[in-house]
Amino acid sequence: MNILISILHILLALILSPLLFGVINRTKARFAGRKGQPLLQSYYDLIKLLRKGSVYSTTTTWVFRLGPVAGLGAALLCIMIIPSGGISGLFSFSGDFILMIYLMGVARFLTVTAAMDTGSAFEGMGASRELQFSVIAEIVLLLGMSVLAIGTGETGISRIYADVWGSDVSLLGPVIFIVAFAFMIVLLTENSRIPVDDPNTHLELTMIHEVMVLDHGGIDLAFIEYGASLKLWIFCELMTGIAIPLRTGQPFYDIPINVIGIFIVAVLVGIIESSMARLKLLNVPQLLITALSLTVAALFWLLRGIL
Amino acid sequence: MTIWTDIIILGLVLTNFRLLATSRLGAVIQTTIFQAIALSALILALAGKPLPVRLILLSLITLTVKGVILPWLLKRAMREIDVRRDIMPIVGYSASVLIGIVLLGLSFLIFMPLNEAIKSESVFLLPAALFTILTGLMMIISRKKALTQIVGYLVMENGVYCFGAALAVYEPMLVEMGVLLDVFVAVFVMGITIYQISREFDHIDTDRLSELKD
Repeated sequence: MNILISILHILLALILSPLLFGVINRTKARFAGRKGQPLLQSYYDLIKLLRKGSVYSTTTTWVFRLGPVAGLGAALLCIMIIPSGGISGLFSFSGDFILMIYLMGVARFLTVTAAMDTGSAFEGMGASRELQFSVIAEIVLLLGMSVLAIGTGETGISRIYADVWGSDVSLLGPVIFIVAFAFMIVLLTENSRIPVDDPNTHLELTMIHEVMVLDHGGIDLAFIEYGASLKLWIFCELMTGIAIPLRTGQPFYDIPINVIGIFIVAVLVGIIESSMARLKLLNVPQLLITALSLTVAALFWLLRGIL
Repeated sequence: MTIWTDIIILGLVLTNFRLLATSRLGAVIQTTIFQAIALSALILALAGKPLPVRLILLSLITLTVKGVILPWLLKRAMREIDVRRDIMPIVGYSASVLIGIVLLGLSFLIFMPLNEAIKSESVFLLPAALFTILTGLMMIISRKKALTQIVGYLVMENGVYCFGAALAVYEPMLVEMGVLLDVFVAVFVMGITIYQISREFDHIDTDRLSELKD
């Protein structure tokens, strides 16, 4: 029964994740007074891309072709580990959140090597920026998860998320929203949204993530887009799992609550994108260091409370 | 009840990080308003269930002086001398946030052995107070504009006040009144002085004041 429910939430993630981009775009369009593209636009894009063939430059090698496949594969594995609110992921074991963070690291590494493999100067530049920011973002994510792990006394992400609003609210309660806030900044960074990166920018010099996938086309690009939407879904799960204190214990209520929460996060991202300007590239590390300091403060707080 | 105290204290700690992270003077002054709200709420949260009128009064006075009058004076000074940002501080903003983390850890560490001696509501209160003082000190040391340094002084006083809050629940508000008056006068004088300095010398960079010759 539990496995069936876990599979159900994975299926939901696989089906609904491209819709997140639709919701974000619709929110931005509403704020700008436009009608906006169809909610299902990312599905149309994916279908269109899947029907196309791929063209590979003669300077590229197998490294270039590995990038998109590995990226999608890592995202799929992460989806199987991530819990949906209180509902356990398909696989859960001690320390699995470290595996999850490193899977994302591997995906990023292979995307970067694929970008470098083309020999394009622009792609190298984007790769360098992507890595520069994710160095700090990864630490924030690890520290935030450690705070939750210490606070709940569990080591598997599914158990952590199940217990996070459990008995000992007096200790973890105050810091949990700090961790959620830090996760939000990581979400914006890792998924290349404003204030870190503008997904709609048209100039290669200002791009970070988009510029790395310039040379991918057809099926490869579809894999990358779908992998990106799964990644966004994973980070939204990380956010809603701790930010929503509502746990009924009944999967048939918990799953809809969580899915609604994920789309609320998407709307939130849309609101942030409409109301903020993109940061200067040099100021992005400062934003990430602020997130880092928040998680470290939460960690100190928790340790002080325990000792 | 103690969880609300914890949340308020945590809010105070976070405002300190904002003070260290931002370069805009408007945001710095705004953050002191948040600190004033946190402090006045803290007194009420620390008090027992039948709220003494004395403490409500103290909380209200805190809110008016620290949350309304002082920010208003600082905002006015900011407008008059037309400074928006503290550019090129001695210690950069990312660096001061990182130093802030170290200071927070230090504050927690210092009060660790005093666990038994402190009979206050929350174990976080005194470390947070010390951290606030250190943040103020950090601002005074590392920023160049006189206005930011005054805010640093104000923040330091907030920390002292936070120490006092642990005792104010039981004992005299006379001390508090004295401290409040002190700061009020200090900021008042400083506000006027800054205005004078900037009118005389066209800037309020404290670095350049050392170049004064007779």
